[in-house]
Amino acid sequence: MNEPERGPAPKTGGLFHWFDQRTGIDEILRKSLDEPIPGGARFAYVFGSALLLVFISQVITGAFLALYYVPSADHAHTTVAYIMKQVSAGSFLRSIHAYGSSAMVILLLLHVTQTFLYGSYKGRRELLWLSGCVLFALALCMAFTGYLLPWDQKAYFATVVGTNIAGEIPFVGAWIKNAMRGGVDMGTLTLSRFFVAHVFLVPAAIFSFIALHVYMFRKAGAAGPIHEDPLTPKLPPETFYPRQVVIDALFALVIIAVLAVLSQFLPFDLGPKANPADTRYLPRPEWYYIPIFQYLRYWPSSLSFLGVVVIPGVVAFLFASLPFLDRRMERRPWKRPIAVGAYVFILLALFGLGAVSYRNDRLDPAFATQLLAQQKAAEEFSQQPFELEVSQTSLASSSAAPTDPLVVAGEKLYQAQSCGACHGDTGAGTAAAPKLAGIKTRFSAAALAALLRTPSAKMTAGGMTPVTLPDPDLAALIDYLNSLK
Amino acid sequence: MTPPITDATGAPTQHTRRSYLGWLLGLCSAGVSAILAVPLIRFALYPLTAKTTETKWSDIGPSADFQEITTPIQRLINVEQVDGWRKQISDKVVYVTKTTGGETCVLSSVCPHLGCSVQWAVAQHQFVCPCHGATFGIDGARLGGPAPRAMDRLDSKVEADRLIVRYRYFRQLVPGKEVIG
Repeated sequence: MNEPERGPAPKTGGLFHWFDQRTGIDEILRKSLDEPIPGGARFAYVFGSALLLVFISQVITGAFLALYYVPSADHAHTTVAYIMKQVSAGSFLRSIHAYGSSAMVILLLLHVTQTFLYGSYKGRRELLWLSGCVLFALALCMAFTGYLLPWDQKAYFATVVGTNIAGEIPFVGAWIKNAMRGGVDMGTLTLSRFFVAHVFLVPAAIFSFIALHVYMFRKAGAAGPIHEDPLTPKLPPETFYPRQVVIDALFALVIIAVLAVLSQFLPFDLGPKANPADTRYLPRPEWYYIPIFQYLRYWPSSLSFLGVVVIPGVVAFLFASLPFLDRRMERRPWKRPIAVGAYVFILLALFGLGAVSYRNDRLDPAFATQLLAQQKAAEEFSQQPFELEVSQTSLASSSAAPTDPLVVAGEKLYQAQSCGACHGDTGAGTAAAPKLAGIKTRFSAAALAALLRTPSAKMTAGGMTPVTLPDPDLAALIDYLNSLK
Repeated sequence: MTPPITDATGAPTQHTRRSYLGWLLGLCSAGVSAILAVPLIRFALYPLTAKTTETKWSDIGPSADFQEITTPIQRLINVEQVDGWRKQISDKVVYVTKTTGGETCVLSSVCPHLGCSVQWAVAQHQFVCPCHGATFGIDGARLGGPAPRAMDRLDSKVEADRLIVRYRYFRQLVPGKEVIG
């Protein structure tokens, strides 16, 4: 502990020597860089370090996004819009983060596929594989919880569906669903829960399991190519540094470039704020959840136990216990027809389900138009300039609440007739129907009354039903509509 | 256990080659990291380069209305204060009056003593604070009472024939005018 100073350090690399004496950095670097790779460096081994790179990018961009983001149903959407439309480089950083989640999923699939095809889970690597399975699940948790945070239409409805799926689990489903949502319905508590999971709990677990995964990997050693003995490697090894480091670095550059170009020229979109009353909204999860989404459609509620719990559970269990079941040392894929066949079958099934889902959406004209309208609404919202949120504590003058009794009565009718379901709670409009605020400038009261009594063909086609209120009520409703700004 | 490790080349110049490559790799990573840090720094320092908090100018009325005034006129203005991604809208009372030089000026009605709302007393022809009796002249100059300074004058100007003002809060109980928000 109290080792006396041994005079000046050697002149060559004095500072490094000083630092090394206190940290042992030299040995750490040597151990990590001189890791032997049987059979030499290969492109096939890049995916693990690429995943680590993207994860670190997610941590950094995520921490920066939290500088402006507020996890509350009131402010989440405004703050994300602020990041996208006002803050310097905000659109770029959020896009890197959002596309980063897709990059994670793609790299995970590549990493797992490489490990699987190379049989790199064999030879005392059960715990390495299991920690990888946990990381896989945690990464999917991050994707699911992060998706809700912008609180736009897409995020909200995808999470409604996602939590409903958990509700399908027999006996405990409703309980799990309510625990995830923080109540029976989706609301600001749901957002807080997802935020805490996304920012604190799951990342903490990921850090721990990455440490475990890397440790197990170093303990077992690199498995090498498919004809190598995974227990006692025989091929001449090459150190990790320099060739594998250079290959990894080049691949990292490719990932950075792809993410940066996408984020700069095709920023991730932000749709209009979540409107729970919009009953027409067609929820679609992010692409990597589409196959599961499509798969779950085939199960009627009477069989949901089988479809939602048993089959995915068995597949996940078999997948996780692979190194326990497949104990031969044979690694060549063509000599392992059952394992490789099952893996390829699952991959193809997922691709197939995804393709069927996209095809169905394109072929059904009602779906296609609605999805297009949703896409358009999101693009339009992205184009609009940022609007500051009016603080709740504002001592806003009389203009905020209607005082005219006719207008108040009209507002009640507007709510009772569920006009807001399509036109938005305050007539702001949704993907399903145009906005009513400012309608005063487009129609006279008489013209508006006539339109409400007998909607035009275009309105009827859009789902507008004739208003059958008595005349005085209709007048009140029109007064309310004319008061909307 | 494991066979001795050799580089792919195994050349005697291995050591220098490797350290040269190490420098090159380190330099490239540092360069790429520096480039990637640019958007992060711009993002984090955005509030230093853009106005994230500001009080917008509020409309008082047509400037012609205040040309010929002989006593202060009380007006209710709508103040919009921007704070990051939100704004606060509030109603504030101001007085439009004339300086001794005959120039139109706008005074905050908040008493610099303890913040009560100062009133124009018609009979006494001066501003009187109802709480502790501070008195001010028609131009807001301190006449008597506990107030440490004159009534606070707000930035005002005429734009497109309308008198506009930027509302501010000032620290109370200090002799100098200190903006606090």
